[in-house]
Amino acid sequence: MTTEALPVTAGAAEQEIGPPPRRKDRGKAVRSYLGLAIIVLWGLAPFYWMIVTAFRQVGFTFVTTPWFTHTTLDNFRTAFSTARGNHFGQALLNSVIIGVATTAIAMLIGVFAAYALARMQFRFKYLILGIILGASMFPGVALVSPLFSLFSNIGWLQGWNYQAMILPDISFALPLAIYTLTAFFGELPWDLEEAARIDGCTPGQAFRKVMLPLAAPGLFTTAILTFISAWNEFLLASQLSNSDPHHYTVPVTVAIASFSGAQPHQEPYTAVMAAGTIVTVPLIILVLVFQKAIVSGLTAGGVKG
Amino acid sequence: MAAATVAPAPEKTRKSLRAGEGRRGILLVAPTLVMLAVVILYPLVRAVIQSFQKDEGLNPATGMFVQGGYAGLSNYSHWLLQQCAVAGGGTQPCPEGTLGSQFWGAFGITVFWTVVSVGIEVILGLWFATIMNREFRGRGLVRAAILVPWAIPTAVTAKLWFFIYAYDGVLNHILGFAGIPPQLWTSDTWPARMGVVIADVWKTTPFMALLILAGLQLISKDVYEAAEVDGASRWQVFTQITLPLIKVPLMVAVLFRVLDVMRIFDLPYIMTGGANGTTSLSILVVKQIRQGFNSASALSTIVFIIIALTAFVFVKFLGADVIQRPPGYTKRKWFRRKPPEASQSVEATPEGAEAA
Repeated sequence: MTTEALPVTAGAAEQEIGPPPRRKDRGKAVRSYLGLAIIVLWGLAPFYWMIVTAFRQVGFTFVTTPWFTHTTLDNFRTAFSTARGNHFGQALLNSVIIGVATTAIAMLIGVFAAYALARMQFRFKYLILGIILGASMFPGVALVSPLFSLFSNIGWLQGWNYQAMILPDISFALPLAIYTLTAFFGELPWDLEEAARIDGCTPGQAFRKVMLPLAAPGLFTTAILTFISAWNEFLLASQLSNSDPHHYTVPVTVAIASFSGAQPHQEPYTAVMAAGTIVTVPLIILVLVFQKAIVSGLTAGGVKG
Repeated sequence: MAAATVAPAPEKTRKSLRAGEGRRGILLVAPTLVMLAVVILYPLVRAVIQSFQKDEGLNPATGMFVQGGYAGLSNYSHWLLQQCAVAGGGTQPCPEGTLGSQFWGAFGITVFWTVVSVGIEVILGLWFATIMNREFRGRGLVRAAILVPWAIPTAVTAKLWFFIYAYDGVLNHILGFAGIPPQLWTSDTWPARMGVVIADVWKTTPFMALLILAGLQLISKDVYEAAEVDGASRWQVFTQITLPLIKVPLMVAVLFRVLDVMRIFDLPYIMTGGANGTTSLSILVVKQIRQGFNSASALSTIVFIIIALTAFVFVKFLGADVIQRPPGYTKRKWFRRKPPEASQSVEATPEGAEAA
């Protein structure tokens, strides 16, 4: 397939009329496809290995056959089993609660700030933008020790206190949401809003009725990025969540990291890979479905500001 | 749609539409600023205050009970000068193995990871981006594949590589084909350190590549054609056209990644627990918390200052222009009361326009 497809892909439109591709171009194209193959392998091989292992019987954990052999669903049952002190099912629910709450708060507050930053001129605008960017670079570890002492004083490290993770998560989710939204908003055709205003809409109406539908894809992408960042958070949750089985607020990232096996010092590799697959696959599906939007969301801030 | 194509509104209408914008803008940003003050500024101030307090409890080094109270700079000298309190007052160099003796080691390995990981990521990211910038079939597949490592939670990445690194695991198996003896990837100092680099590079090169690619796509093809006509070599094209033109997005990506690795925690913490010379600064803070959070606060404040300085250097001197003000906008205008271009937009009009 490679060699036949080359002239078309390498040269694109201009070469269709021109002379047949020279040897040099062919070599270049072969190298291109080799590079692309490496990129695909880079991204998928370790992930593939996780899935293969997730379906492998415990006794064959270290078999290195690169395709599905000795398949079983036991690992998924083990992952959800609470017999060994793991609470993976509850942890999944916790991650959803923390992720949704964090995303909702960050979006609700962030959308107003992003609108103002993208759309309006006001004093200290660039200073505020700088503060928000500074906040996005803020090290989470600087929050851990003051919050650990504060939360233990007010009893948030016991009981069902999801806010002990949701509030600190806002510290990175909100700047991320604003940063991405500001970039998206900057590209919208705001003339339409002005036109709506001239036609007699209030600023709020113009935003809701005209701009919001146009902004929906950007809002949605930002929400996904924010949710993924909250879902993946580990450092704060590892210190501020409650692992008491009766008030278990630990999210999946921390639960997976401390997954215990049959014996105290034996790593339950296959069950962990099964748990990892469950945690990752929803994200991968999101990424596959919305890849174009996600890439533009990831890069929008970096390239255009 | 129709409204937008009509002739532009008279200047006066536009002006009145923008009336009060200064105040509204601040009002819309206010909830964010309040929230950031609650979740970042307050803990930060609290950490600084705590860092000047002594930790109550038994001193692990001396076995003496330590009263709380004002500590002066002793928590900072504890980390920076590696001085530990001794029974009966005074200090001595912290004994080997205590957390206090590990600050510069943790700083060193964190900087090592930062330089090595980000260095490799830039080179690989440039290469990936160059490949993806050409036209090819199956663009969607490649983009999806490269997003996979980015989307996997770091905690899962750590567990996945922990499995790949197992003594009987697949990496040692593959290295065996090349005649390389099996390594203890998570329990031997240098293999463990490089193990963290490999996992980090795997996970974050896609982010780097995508940011660089976005920069590459902004470069007009004409520039390259002109260079080809002038007979520039590929290396010349790369160093004298591509690199300068993607400098800003590249430096922004490098800045984000550098700050990420400076605060690295998840990967080494899960893969090695910080053992065998893999304690990063963040891991050191977390280990210290249970031994006394006032001292941990001093350490986390130090880490914060290191990261803030790094960000400052990048933005100020290395051209990581994260804010990208509109052309012609200079900093001094922050302090001017009436920016020139504001005559028809910002501060200059609110009172007058509202009255009208």
